Amino acid sequence: MTTALKDLGEAIASALPGDVTGYEVNRCGELSVTVRASSIQKVLTYLRDSSLCQFKQLIDVCGVDWPAREARFDVVYHLLSLKLNQRVRVKVAVEDGGSVPTVTNVFSSAGWFEREVWDMFGVSFNGHPDLRRILTDYGFEGHPLRKDFPLTGYVEIRYDDAKKRCVYEPVSLTQDFRTFDFLSPWEGEGLLPGDEKAQGNG
Amino acid sequence: MGVNTPELEVATNAVALPPGPQQDQFLKLVADEIEDKGFVLASVDKLVNWARTGSLWPMTFGLACCAVEMMHSACSRYDFDRFGIVFRPSPRQSDVMIVAGTLTNKMAPALRRVYDQMAEPRWVISMGSCANGGGYYHYSYSVVRGCDRVVPVDVYVPGCPPTAEALLYGFLQLQKKIKRTGSILR
Repeated sequence: MTTALKDLGEAIASALPGDVTGYEVNRCGELSVTVRASSIQKVLTYLRDSSLCQFKQLIDVCGVDWPAREARFDVVYHLLSLKLNQRVRVKVAVEDGGSVPTVTNVFSSAGWFEREVWDMFGVSFNGHPDLRRILTDYGFEGHPLRKDFPLTGYVEIRYDDAKKRCVYEPVSLTQDFRTFDFLSPWEGEGLLPGDEKAQGNG
Repeated sequence: MGVNTPELEVATNAVALPPGPQQDQFLKLVADEIEDKGFVLASVDKLVNWARTGSLWPMTFGLACCAVEMMHSACSRYDFDRFGIVFRPSPRQSDVMIVAGTLTNKMAPALRRVYDQMAEPRWVISMGSCANGGGYYHYSYSVVRGCDRVVPVDVYVPGCPPTAEALLYGFLQLQKKIKRTGSILR
């Protein structure tokens, strides 16, 4: 199974030598192909149309924030081939303020996915027909899924009886966010509920 | 019941009075009482409260998972219809609004607008921990920490989600509150 995936990765990399910067098959048995940002449209068109690949369905476009890296964001495309029963992941690295060509001309379902990546991370897509926010509130400032965006955000809302409308005010929490994880082997005592039975003591 | 003026006591009698001055005086006392209108208005209040609690029409604001438990309580096992509670899709036709689910910042102005469109007398039931105080998503950037920041709430039903029975109990508590504090001069 993994050799078939490796062969597929090899085939894709050799068919598009200038665009694909690498591929790997991880231990879960998933193929990831890393691609240059400028040639994503060409790669996805190849993956969709080539008879070897036939990845006709775009499952997801999402973003990842690696704050320590120079090219901070990863835009990840997941594709599914129904005919060949195969999945592939295509990754594109882009820096803060950078942009990626849109793939809506290849897969029209990418429209809303790319809007979500724009809204959550701030990665813009060139040539997108309608790039605006999709999940956050209408006047929202910021890109929430970035690692430097605080969990509680900057503003909260309440109804002001004097102004007769909802107003935004700076966040003030009555109790700060606290994390508890007593069962975690890293933070808690380390003994998970089934451990006594597993060691033959229960 | 009845207004007690200092010189008049509440008119009662234990023995049937024959026609005569005693009966006349008794009848005058009763007539005065009714004229003072204390007895009649208190009774009308009770009638009005009975009508209001007996046919509380909710405007559902099913936002998230709590809406499913609300559906449960409206369905066959905990049947809301037998309490006179029929769900209305329009705020103009409803008495009570059940905020069932997480209220986000984006939804808050719409919630307030729907509440403003309801006619008096109106009540609000906050259902589930998200509507009560932000709940599971209390620390999120996009959640209103309790719908009582936007609308005034009468009954809070705790739970995540509250069982259908708990919501039913919340409705009965609202009925008790209406009977206790309701009046036609609202």
